Amino acid sequence: MSRYLGLAAILVLALIAPFFVYSVTLMTILVFVIFASSFNLLLGYAGLLSFGQAMFFGTAAYITGHILKTTGVSLEIALIGGTLVGAVMGFLVGLVAVRRSGIQFAMITFAMAQFIYFLLLQSEFTGGEDGMQRIPRTEIFGVIDLSDNFAFYYFVLAVTVLSIAFFYRVVHSPFGEVLKAIRDNEPRVESLGFKPDRYKLVAMTLSAGMAGLAGGLKATVFQFATLTDVSWHISGEVIFMTLLGGLGTLTGPMVGAGIVIGLNDHLAQFGEWALISQGVILLAVILFFRRGVVGELGAFVRRFKAGGRK
Amino acid sequence: MFDGISIQLLMGQLLIGLINGSFYAMLSMGLAIIFGLMHVVNFAHGAQYMLGAFIAWLLLYTLGINYWGALFIAPVIVAAFGIVMERLVLKPIHHLDHLYGLLATYAVTLIVEGLIRQQYGSSGLPYSSPIPGGVNLGFMFLPWYRLWVVLFSFAMCLGTWYLIEHTKLGSYLRAANENPEIVESFGINVPRMITLTYAFGVGLAGLSGVLAAPIYQVSPSMGSSLMIVIFAVVVIGGMGSIMGAILTGYLLGVLEGLTKVFYPEGANLVIFVIMILALILRPQGLFSKKEGA
Repeated sequence: MSRYLGLAAILVLALIAPFFVYSVTLMTILVFVIFASSFNLLLGYAGLLSFGQAMFFGTAAYITGHILKTTGVSLEIALIGGTLVGAVMGFLVGLVAVRRSGIQFAMITFAMAQFIYFLLLQSEFTGGEDGMQRIPRTEIFGVIDLSDNFAFYYFVLAVTVLSIAFFYRVVHSPFGEVLKAIRDNEPRVESLGFKPDRYKLVAMTLSAGMAGLAGGLKATVFQFATLTDVSWHISGEVIFMTLLGGLGTLTGPMVGAGIVIGLNDHLAQFGEWALISQGVILLAVILFFRRGVVGELGAFVRRFKAGGRK
Repeated sequence: MFDGISIQLLMGQLLIGLINGSFYAMLSMGLAIIFGLMHVVNFAHGAQYMLGAFIAWLLLYTLGINYWGALFIAPVIVAAFGIVMERLVLKPIHHLDHLYGLLATYAVTLIVEGLIRQQYGSSGLPYSSPIPGGVNLGFMFLPWYRLWVVLFSFAMCLGTWYLIEHTKLGSYLRAANENPEIVESFGINVPRMITLTYAFGVGLAGLSGVLAAPIYQVSPSMGSSLMIVIFAVVVIGGMGSIMGAILTGYLLGVLEGLTKVFYPEGANLVIFVIMILALILRPQGLFSKKEGA
């Protein structure tokens, strides 16, 4: 019960937030909520550390932008296009990357992301170093005009809520249970007759598709796409968000994205200190608070309740 | 010879490939040594390499200690940093999933690179060659310093390989890699050995950084851009083997150089293409004997 109350409270907060906070900042948070959740699906539930999640995010940002610039289709079609491209990429990268277990998966995705980075840098349609500018924000379903940021926020919020519901369904499905089992004990799952590589490949495809959706949204929110979106700094940032918020929890990436985007906003004026503090906080999380904000809070509440009952 | 490709260009790129390959070999060897004993992918390897170069630069411009002094002092300082890092960061999480080791060293990289960039800016700092001049071979000009780097790093790789594969000390190391409990029961202090091995690997990265200072510009991001290639090299060679890391490093450096001659557009893609091909054709790694090492 308290769980639903909590979710309802978050939803009400999200609905009234743009009256108090700059809507572009809020949309950035929502985009990264989806993006961090896609990363969390891999590491938190399948035990796969994707160190190149930005390749799906950034490529989809370019693809969505390119579709909008060249065809003028309605916004949701372009977003679906970006999502599909992300998913196909995830499938292809997965085909290669799940061949190596554990830690090497991280190194392969890291290197693959750089490969994609160079490819996009040399492609004509991306605009190279300059990036892709002036991406039009077309009407949704061909009729609803959302060129105003305030109105567009509610569209992004709706997509985010649907995405979270999607992640919830995946994690709580039989498929999600097998993923968790693979994370905890792969040989045992294999001995039960499952093929772990296939499950990992599907997880990779779903995760990359959702990262692609986040990238497409990002391109329509800011109306530009650049090489930064594909760089390993973004891959690292999404790792930071998820670990800080709480790995393997659905709310963790949401909290993490909120904190990190807020932090970046405030630290932007201090130059390098933003990155340095990210490193320090990440290190502290790894050494002392591996459950992240959500996990530690949950543990605290449980301890408090247990103490109250005595 | 191919039409339109001069021997000068070919030999010049081959030399650059060999130099780059030397750094790939030294760094991926260090990574393989650390991974072999600790199962930690040392993401900070690039930052430690950069530290080596920076310390060399600082020694020269603040204390007036020249290159040859730095060649000894900088690796020792970087190794000391490695000892502190192992004790404070890696040891407490050694019992956890090894992914945490990678993430923790990534966090250290953010801190170290950020601090250096904050202090010295992100542009490259010049470090002049300690052995100016060179020899004209008729078909190309060979700077002495580059020859020195190729020979010295080759000797370092060979020496380290010999130390680990053919000496008693190395046999302890390999044994502790297989079964730390049994080695411990023979009275060998395995935790100290782990610390020293990490320091050794990190010191090698620092030494590579000093070697690199006169060739590449000394800049905060010199390490992380190299790390991406090193990861690919290690994936191609397989994580298990030291000789595999060395050979793959040289091979890829030279292949990259050749690509610059024959297909310049693909020069920064070739290593990744080879990685993908290697993963498809030989998933266990070129030089790896067992799966999933």
